[in-house]
Amino acid sequence: MLSRLVLRAAPAALRALPPPVAVGVLHTTRPLHTTQQSLAPVPPLPEKGGEVRHGLIPEEFFQFLYPKTGVTGPYMLGTGLLLYLLSKEIYVINHETAAAACILTVIIYGIKKFGPDVAAFADKLNEEKMASALAMKNESIQTLQTAIEEEKKEQWRAEGRSYLFDAKRNNIAMLLEANYRERLLMVYNEVKKRLDYQVAMQTLKRQKEQDHMIQWVEKNVVQSITPQQQKESIAKCILDLKALSKSAHAAV
Amino acid sequence: GPLWERPLLEVRLGELHTWISTCSFSPQGLLGAVQRAWSSYCAKYIHVKQGGPAGISMLLAGYSLLSYGWNYQHFKRHRWRKYH
Repeated sequence: MLSRLVLRAAPAALRALPPPVAVGVLHTTRPLHTTQQSLAPVPPLPEKGGEVRHGLIPEEFFQFLYPKTGVTGPYMLGTGLLLYLLSKEIYVINHETAAAACILTVIIYGIKKFGPDVAAFADKLNEEKMASALAMKNESIQTLQTAIEEEKKEQWRAEGRSYLFDAKRNNIAMLLEANYRERLLMVYNEVKKRLDYQVAMQTLKRQKEQDHMIQWVEKNVVQSITPQQQKESIAKCILDLKALSKSAHAAV
Repeated sequence: GPLWERPLLEVRLGELHTWISTCSFSPQGLLGAVQRAWSSYCAKYIHVKQGGPAGISMLLAGYSLLSYGWNYQHFKRHRWRKYH
C-alpha cells in the first residue's frame, strides 16, 4: 500500500520540478523492461511445448520416476493413489462425478475428432500473418535497394558535371570569339569607308580642278584666236595639205 | 550454479532445507516467485507455435483439484459409508 502511495506521488513530484530537469530525470518509479524479452530481436517462439502425457501429466514426472520404477511406475502410483482415495472416501462419489465423467467424455471425443482440423486452421492463419509480414519486409527491403541504386546512379551522374561545365565554357568562349571578330570586321569596314570617302573627295576635287582648268585654258585660247590669225592658219593648212597630197601622189 | 539461483526442480532433496532458507518470504519475494512460476509455465506450455490441449487442461485440472480441496468439508458429509 505504501508502495502504491509512492508510485502515485512520484509523477506529481516530477511535474513539480522545472521542465528541463523533469525531462532529464528518468522515471525510475515506473518499471522498465525487466523481463528477458527486452532483448531485440525477439527470439522466435519454440515449435512445440513441453511434453505432456494423457494431456494432464508432464513428461518430467515419468522421467523422474523411471530410474527407480521403470516404465510402469507412475501408472502403478496413479492406480494405487486412486484406489486409496476411493476406498477411504477421500474422494466421494456423488452426482458431480457422473456429470464430470460425461463432460470429460464429450470433451475428449471432441478433441480427438476435431483437434487436427482446428490445429491446421490455426496454423494456416499464422502462416498467412507471417507471410504478409514477410512480404512487407521484403517489399520495403526491395524499395530501399532500388532507392540505393537510384542514389548511386545520381552520384555517377553528378560526376559528369565537369564535362558539362567544360562544354559550356567552350560555348561561351566561342561566342565571345565570334563577337570579337564581328566587331573587328565592323571597325575595319567603318574605317575603310571613311578612308574611301576621303580618297574619293580628293580625286573628285582634283578632277574638277583639272576640268575647270582645261575649260578655262580652252576658252582663253579660243578667245585669243583672232579672225586674222584664223585666216592665216587656214591658208597655211591648205598649203600644207597640197604639199602632202603632192607627196602622196608621188609615192603612189 | 550456486544454490540460491537454481529453480526448485533442480534442487536435490538433501539441499532442500538450505534452499528454503535462502529464498525470501517477503511480499515482494513471494510475488516475484509466483510471477516467475507463472511466466515459466506460460513460456513452456502456452506461448508455443503448436500447443495442444495440455496447456489449458493442466490449469483446469489444477483448478478442479483446488476447488475439491476447498469444499472437502462439504463433501465429507455425503460419504456412502461411515467406517472405512
